[in-house]
Amino acid sequence: MEWLAQIGAVNLQRLSAFGRATLLLYGAVVAKPQLIKNTPLVLKQIYVVGVQSLLIIVVSGLFIGMVMALQGYTILTNYGAEGSLGPMVALSLLRELGPVVTALLFAGRAGSALTAEIGLMKATEQLSSLEMMAIDPLRRIIAPRFWAGVISMPMLALIFSAVGILGGHLVGVDWLGVDSGSYWSIMQSQVDWDKDVVNGIIKSIVFAVVITWIAVFKGYDAMPTSEGISKATTETVVFSSLAVLGLDFVLTALMFGIE
Amino acid sequence: MTSRKVEILVGLFVVLTICAGLLLSMKVANQGASGQFETYVLYAKFDNIGGLKARSAVKVGGVTVGRVDSIKLNPEDFTPVVAMSISKEYDQFPETSSVSILTSGLLGEQYVGFQPGFVIDGIDNLAEGDFIEDTKSALVLEDLIGQFLFSKGS
Repeated sequence: MEWLAQIGAVNLQRLSAFGRATLLLYGAVVAKPQLIKNTPLVLKQIYVVGVQSLLIIVVSGLFIGMVMALQGYTILTNYGAEGSLGPMVALSLLRELGPVVTALLFAGRAGSALTAEIGLMKATEQLSSLEMMAIDPLRRIIAPRFWAGVISMPMLALIFSAVGILGGHLVGVDWLGVDSGSYWSIMQSQVDWDKDVVNGIIKSIVFAVVITWIAVFKGYDAMPTSEGISKATTETVVFSSLAVLGLDFVLTALMFGIE
Repeated sequence: MTSRKVEILVGLFVVLTICAGLLLSMKVANQGASGQFETYVLYAKFDNIGGLKARSAVKVGGVTVGRVDSIKLNPEDFTPVVAMSISKEYDQFPETSSVSILTSGLLGEQYVGFQPGFVIDGIDNLAEGDFIEDTKSALVLEDLIGQFLFSKGS
């Protein structure tokens, strides 16, 4: 009987957490949005969340493109198909690696920071003092951070893919000697704008919503102690990485699965 | 002053994203290669289209002049009918032209090879909706191997 009650308690906790997360999102985003008033706040957060993540995104995009070109070349050259290096690098970046790796890096770099920041605000009772001053912390603190994350991550994913393709060019063409013309032209004939690029962008928007939502909620819902904040930050990274990988499979099956 | 710096850097971020988007659309993806030009539609009936797909290229001497629009099965005699949209730029192919389904390279994708016929007096040019009579089907490797084995056996 005891263990039955435990299962029930755990699931009730989960459900109520999910309900609180939905209420948070509703209160921050749907109810009474203040678009014009909040624009400077969103801009500030885009700087914190997006611009400051640029370096890690660009560097990892460059290296992932370079490694893929190197690995792909050694295999493709067995079949005399080095010309297909371009589409291989471009398609795997645009469809999978761009959105997914950006999302994982974003969860680690920006999501954890968001959680820690909001959690500490809660622990030091800054959120309560905002409420005392009749300022809704959902709209003042949560909404700008949520929007900044949702706007920044697809942009970062786009930059990641572009830099990765240039990195693949750097290794494949300039170092290993694949013909530059065939690198670009075969890529162009194989990559479709709607099917590949737009689907990749849709993926990254979905990931952005999920990651930022988890990060913001974990911070807002954290136990207001130092232990609670550390636990919330860890959970943000773990949960959003798992959510991204799981959702990626579902989205891929929907987009590129059986037609 | 800090907000000015923030604005400049966010602006830079946006510009960088637009550059990445432009690179992807212009250099990486074949954005709107068809549909931009005015086209006219020609039909051809094949026995077997092999691995031809919609959006495969139609080439004259290696130059892409159009794309495969759609592939349907004629319900009367169960043969595939391929609709090709050809750029209006090239609208002076004589009616004696022939089409065949070819493969680029040993393992490459399949495309429609368009062989313009001789220009003789009294022969009209192909126009919108015409059927091309002279067609050669795709080579199906399995059939060839089957024929080879069969001829060996007898």
